[in-house]
Amino acid sequence: MIARRELAAYFGAPLAYVFIVVFLAMSGALTFKVGYLLETGVAELGAFFRFHPWLYLFLMPAIGMRLWAEERKTGTIEFLMTLPVTPAEAVVGKFLAAWIFAGVALVLTAPVWITVNWLGNPDNGVIVASYLASWLLAGGFLSLSACASAMTGNQVIAFVVGATLCFLAMMSGVDIVRTAFEGWAPGWMIDTVVSLSALNNFETISQGVIDARTLVYFVSLIVLGLVANCAILEFRKP
Amino acid sequence: MEPLIRIVRLTKLFGPIEAVRDVSFSVERGEVVGLLGPNGAGKSTTLKLLAGYLVPTSGSASVCGHDVVASPLAARRSLGYLPEGAPLYDEMTPSGFLDFVARVRRLDGRARRDAVAAAARRLQLDGVLHQPIGTLSKGFRRRVGLAQAILLDPEVLVLDEPTDGLDPNQKHEVRALLREMAGRKAVIVSTHNLDEVEAVCSRAVVIAAGRVVADAAPAALAARSARHNVMCIRVSREHAARAMDAIGTVTGLVAVDRPAPSGDDTEIRVMGGDDADLRAPLHRALVDREVAVLEFWREPGRMEDVFRQLTRQAGEVA
Repeated sequence: MIARRELAAYFGAPLAYVFIVVFLAMSGALTFKVGYLLETGVAELGAFFRFHPWLYLFLMPAIGMRLWAEERKTGTIEFLMTLPVTPAEAVVGKFLAAWIFAGVALVLTAPVWITVNWLGNPDNGVIVASYLASWLLAGGFLSLSACASAMTGNQVIAFVVGATLCFLAMMSGVDIVRTAFEGWAPGWMIDTVVSLSALNNFETISQGVIDARTLVYFVSLIVLGLVANCAILEFRKP
Repeated sequence: MEPLIRIVRLTKLFGPIEAVRDVSFSVERGEVVGLLGPNGAGKSTTLKLLAGYLVPTSGSASVCGHDVVASPLAARRSLGYLPEGAPLYDEMTPSGFLDFVARVRRLDGRARRDAVAAAARRLQLDGVLHQPIGTLSKGFRRRVGLAQAILLDPEVLVLDEPTDGLDPNQKHEVRALLREMAGRKAVIVSTHNLDEVEAVCSRAVVIAAGRVVADAAPAALAARSARHNVMCIRVSREHAARAMDAIGTVTGLVAVDRPAPSGDDTEIRVMGGDDADLRAPLHRALVDREVAVLEFWREPGRMEDVFRQLTRQAGEVA
């Protein structure tokens, strides 16, 4: 029920359409101008999905920032929290709405998929896996962003904190971080940090490998964010 | 029988600030209790604690026998709550908003549509059902908030300043609504408006500096006023001296006050001891002396005076 209301709230506000247009325009521009999708002459969507983590880094906090911060600011949180719903139901409802919204934006990129199918014979299995990876990554980032939103009544702060959390989740596996750990940290620690990287897990699935570990990773990331979200609400309860 | 609302030694601290201290009172079915107090006295905090938005530091509150902390969902299901300032989702329409509340409160299909339609009709929202709430006037917003609170006809209604921002006609409507529902429910209304308490409430609880300083029927509270049982006599200026003579013949008077006359009339105030009924003796004396009395009445006592007196004392103690 809450998911339904929130979803309606997304589509009732101009932000939703701005978001979808920005997402489509930027993913398109990056794919064709930076990723040279057409010039490579290979029928695949790697160039399209490669930029998703970077787009999501600021687009997902933009979707998630209003979830709680807006309620705090307008005072409707008092109304919501005195309805006969548990905080967990409210947290999950809000997250689902944001995630479905991100899913809708993702579905609207289907013309790119159709295009490559028309031009050549891509491995559609890999593409489906990539879409799944992209949506899971969006979910993880949204979960973190919702958490950031619950911390504050200010949407700008929610956005910045959310983007920072997503950045940390994403970057833990890149080479710079890895080298920073190498030389002093034990091997298991490096492996752990690297395995926590959203980016590495994203790339694993988008190569078409749907590994149980990466699925567990994304689901855990989402659940962790939601549990933290509930905890923050409880802790900030006046 | 367990009262529908029971508040026992409820205390809420915000850091070092005592917002509410040892507040206790109960509300039975059929009562409309007016919660009175100056701004910052702890009215809204008490209601927020009752609605389960705030967690009490100590003490307890229950709604229909369900403790608001131990079984919050059961308590909230039997409670309709209008938060202070009636916060609403501006982007929704009243129709969509009421539908959402009905869904969350587990009404389905036909029952849901009927409940929404009935609440909208009762608060005369029909003309604005499909306009975004953000574009509505303050009066309409307040009424949407009220519609949401009464939507499921809950046993307990907790309304924080329900008539704030309404025009006199709308206030009248809301009071009529409260009176109409009063018999079947337990209702708490917080307000600054003392007329409202006298008009709709069967009891008034006065809070000052976080404590309950009075809990009585509005008429009983008004009777505590210094003006209670004061007889007022209005006569023309020429008859003033004769009237004073007449009053002088009545026994049992404590004080006679004759302020400077305004215009052609003069008003004489006569205070009797305790609850002595001076009406008949005064009237007889005035008639005997052939005083032309323009007006003659007994002051019922004023809530406003009592309110000021009670809340000032508490302010000084705190």
